Amino acid sequence: MHGRFEGRRRLLGGAATLALVPWLPARAADAELPYIPALAAFLAGRTPRWERIRLELPRLADNGQSVPMKITVDGPFAPGPTVRALRLFSQRNPVPEMAVFEYPVPVERVEVESRVRLAGTQRIAAVAEMSDGTLCANAVEVVVTIDACLDGTG
Amino acid sequence: MRGATLGAAACAVALCAAAAAAQERALPLSELRSGIDFAGPSVRALQADDVANPGMLWVERGEKLWNEPSGTAAASCASCHGEARSGMRGAATRYPAYDAGAEAVVDLEARIVDCRVRRQRAAAWPRESDELLAITAYVAHQSRGLPLAVSIDGGARAAFERGRAFYYQRHGQMNLACAHCHEQNWGKRLLAETISQGHGNAYPVYRLEWQNLGSLQRRLRACLFAVRAEMPPPGAPELTDLELFLAWRAQGLPIETPGVRR
Amino acid sequence: MPDARITIPAKVQRGAPFEVRIVIRHPMETGYRTDESGKPIARNVIRTFVCRYNGEPVFSARLSPGIAANPYLRFFVTARESGELVFEWQDDAGASVSERAALTVT
Repeated sequence: MHGRFEGRRRLLGGAATLALVPWLPARAADAELPYIPALAAFLAGRTPRWERIRLELPRLADNGQSVPMKITVDGPFAPGPTVRALRLFSQRNPVPEMAVFEYPVPVERVEVESRVRLAGTQRIAAVAEMSDGTLCANAVEVVVTIDACLDGTG
Repeated sequence: MRGATLGAAACAVALCAAAAAAQERALPLSELRSGIDFAGPSVRALQADDVANPGMLWVERGEKLWNEPSGTAAASCASCHGEARSGMRGAATRYPAYDAGAEAVVDLEARIVDCRVRRQRAAAWPRESDELLAITAYVAHQSRGLPLAVSIDGGARAAFERGRAFYYQRHGQMNLACAHCHEQNWGKRLLAETISQGHGNAYPVYRLEWQNLGSLQRRLRACLFAVRAEMPPPGAPELTDLELFLAWRAQGLPIETPGVRR
Repeated sequence: MPDARITIPAKVQRGAPFEVRIVIRHPMETGYRTDESGKPIARNVIRTFVCRYNGEPVFSARLSPGIAANPYLRFFVTARESGELVFEWQDDAGASVSERAALTVT
């Protein structure tokens, strides 16, 4: 009975470039941070390592107003460097620095979930700042479509 | 003259009986699918998670309001109805319902406001206010999992017929009837969205687009706006008539309040 | 409205990380919307959030309009001694809210 609506893959099969699989972290080919001035300013010339940190959002958002987001940094940590902060950057939002999550006290399980707003299809980047100053990063692209029908109830 | 009147009356009764006995369904009961079946995985996950579901914020507030004495009668809902878990179990499955006192079909929101005004002797809560949404969500939540089962007999028949006529009538600049999308094209795509069958069994619902909980009437008004029709004001009788028709159309679907939709 | 719904495990093991989930009732008004008459609606988002464990900050967040309304946060905290988690947040309108949850560590 579910043959009628077997996923969004069918719909966007005709669309140009995207191979759609829900909830995948970035592929190796994406191992490149999107150019976001605020992110570049934060990096200040440093190159983050493309490892340990995973950023997960659905490849296709149900609604740009609320998109589930998860950042995970793989342990173990101690005795090595621990995670000090996680930063989330947006390529298209009016406010590019979406959030900063900080750990004043190190924790063995670094996993943060929230829901974000996305102003249209774009790439999102997450950067983990370790206690020894090193950085890890990851990025994903999220497709945000416009609503099929306008809602005038404000 | 008298014979003709009697004859006409007999015919009318026979027709009514026949209609009530075998109300034809354009969408068979065996094919009913809740809106959640047409939602993406994130929306489904959110509705299934009572911790993360934002709608539960209203349900929790509704519980507080249920127990709060209000109005000049200084009575709470609990004063008359007792524990909502038992007292309200199944209540939402029967709404909209014909109210003999009001001599009209009323939806759950209107029934709650009526109780508030006449029995608690408190000020009415406006439609879409946080308080009314909260108490409605709380009451409907007590029927979560139970199948919709409204009556379209007796006093409800006229409203049902009006609601059905509205459903099949074209509206707005786009000149579309509800049936065009939700009966003839459910399961197909409209841009990136899959058209649902248009049932109201999850309402009040947290709609991501609204970033708020909202009633079924709000959703219906939004649909009318979408086809560029004039939106009836909240609480308008045609919206209640339509709610009744929709509830009958969705007979057997379980209540999911608080639902989550895109 | 309850300001927030907080969920933590009933019992946690000393030394182990445990999950904290919180949903905060807040419109997270972006400042980019206008009302029916066309007047801009002022920005009002939760700016700072902190979770204190028996007084010590263990997790904090700086948020923006890029976080959805009725913000949801899920994070982990390492269990030490029993006590209390206090959650505090401030928004653009100057409101400051505090909620607490008791913690039992075995």
